[in-house]
Amino acid sequence: MNRNLSPFNIVSLVAGFAFLYLPIVLLIIYSFNESRLVTVWGGFSTKWYAEMLNNDGLRHAAWVTARLAFLSATIATIFGTLAAVTLVRRNRFRGRTLFSGLVYAPIVMPEVITGLSLLLLFVAIGLNRGFITVLIAHITFSMCFVAVVVQSRLLTFDRSLEEAAMDLGATPSKAFFAVTLPVILPAVIAGWMLAFTLSLDDLVIASFTTGPGSTTLPMKIYSQVRLGVTPEINAVCTILVALVTLGVLAASIIGKYRVTETR
Amino acid sequence: MARGQVPLMLRVSTWIPYFWLALFFLVPFVIVLKVSLSETAIAMPPYRPAFSGLDQVFEKIGQFSVDNYVWLTEDALYFNAYISSIRIAFFSTLITLIIGYPLAYAVARASSSLRPLLLMMVILPFWTSFLIRVYAWIGILKQEGLLNQLLLWLGVISEPLGILNTDVAVYIGIVYSYLPFMVLPLYAALERMDRSLLEAAADLGAPPVMSFWQITLPLSLPGIIAGSLLVFIPAVGEFVIPDLLGGSTTLMIGKTLWVEFFSNRDWPVASAAAIILLLVLVVPIVLFQNAQSKVREAGG
Repeated sequence: MNRNLSPFNIVSLVAGFAFLYLPIVLLIIYSFNESRLVTVWGGFSTKWYAEMLNNDGLRHAAWVTARLAFLSATIATIFGTLAAVTLVRRNRFRGRTLFSGLVYAPIVMPEVITGLSLLLLFVAIGLNRGFITVLIAHITFSMCFVAVVVQSRLLTFDRSLEEAAMDLGATPSKAFFAVTLPVILPAVIAGWMLAFTLSLDDLVIASFTTGPGSTTLPMKIYSQVRLGVTPEINAVCTILVALVTLGVLAASIIGKYRVTETR
Repeated sequence: MARGQVPLMLRVSTWIPYFWLALFFLVPFVIVLKVSLSETAIAMPPYRPAFSGLDQVFEKIGQFSVDNYVWLTEDALYFNAYISSIRIAFFSTLITLIIGYPLAYAVARASSSLRPLLLMMVILPFWTSFLIRVYAWIGILKQEGLLNQLLLWLGVISEPLGILNTDVAVYIGIVYSYLPFMVLPLYAALERMDRSLLEAAADLGAPPVMSFWQITLPLSLPGIIAGSLLVFIPAVGEFVIPDLLGGSTTLMIGKTLWVEFFSNRDWPVASAAAIILLLVLVVPIVLFQNAQSKVREAGG
């Protein structure tokens, strides 16, 4: 079997990855630019990072976003895992079709619609917009992504392990927490990370559902970007890209470790 | 497990997410539908008096008005925005497919030791903030940006190109942002393919180009469909890309809806626009679900 790459394959790989990575690499390089003119190179400097750290508005937005992403990812992971268990384990119950529809629909729903509809709900029930309302919004769409990730892992889980535990006297919930959960844990962690980054990235839904005092980092970046490209924003973006890259690399290493361990 | 006896834990694990999604996804959606059918005049700010509680919401259900929809169909701006969103999404999906296919193909053909690394490189941008990736293009595409500097330096052009704030920039932004969505399902389909089919074709004398058209392409069709819909569906309602990269003439419905809501503060019309956007997307979404369940049945 010929597994070697043809020259065409190599060109596709190089061109494809250059397209995917070059813009981000350029953004990172220009965050270290001395000049305020973002596209003229004025020498190496880290002054924009210092400036970024002294920007109270940015710091506050970063703190809001960090809390929001952590809380919404954690709650969404719990709800999403429960939803995945339901989807895989309960084939018949009243409203199952509606249930799976409710889990899949938010994933394909355009963000502008999700944001608009949640805002109208919050206005209708008289809930003041702020941190809580964005949190609710982020939990709602992230939990569906978690459900899909965990569901695909649960589908391949060998149920006889759980049944064996129950034969040995474990209650269903004990069997779930002692046998099933450790096996699906990598998927649950991956779901949490996905939920975390979704919350970290979200601009549209947060713009609809947030209130004064709870401006998130993407909203802050967006309002500054509309005024023009600045090296300071490049610095913020570089930090975010670095964090996400480290997170994904760490997760893949943990994933590999766990796979080899269970084999 | 005994028949008819669902453990308490399993029942709880159904009702918590069920309740949450019903309250924060289904109910809001019903409200959008309701607001879209309400009179613009009463529902315009000051908005609260007409709509202060849920009881009033349902009280008003009797007073449906399709005025907002009529208004939308009469307003050329909206009609053009829908058409132009679909056109932009369609062509960017096509370009994404053309760029994504060779990449997915090469990743699928790479040796098994190289493949995890290549896959990771496809997935990594997907985890990186959408907003940041769109923003990165502003510095490249603008008048005094890096692309123009490079082209001027190479002598390809004598005057800087005005790419930013045009539809071209929107195409670039969509293709760039959604490329991983296209490559991953394509890769999944290509990787599953039985390679001995290609060998058999070669043994029977088929040139590589012919076996590609006759074997590889048809077998990767589920991946092509899934990837294309994964790009097309979100691209139609896209807001960030047309707003940051597009110009004043770029019409896309996500942006129009945003402006209607935040600038014109006409909530009923924005709601009606949202409902129509959803109707436009129903067909591709249903197609996607069908394709996915077919893949699940076939591949398990």
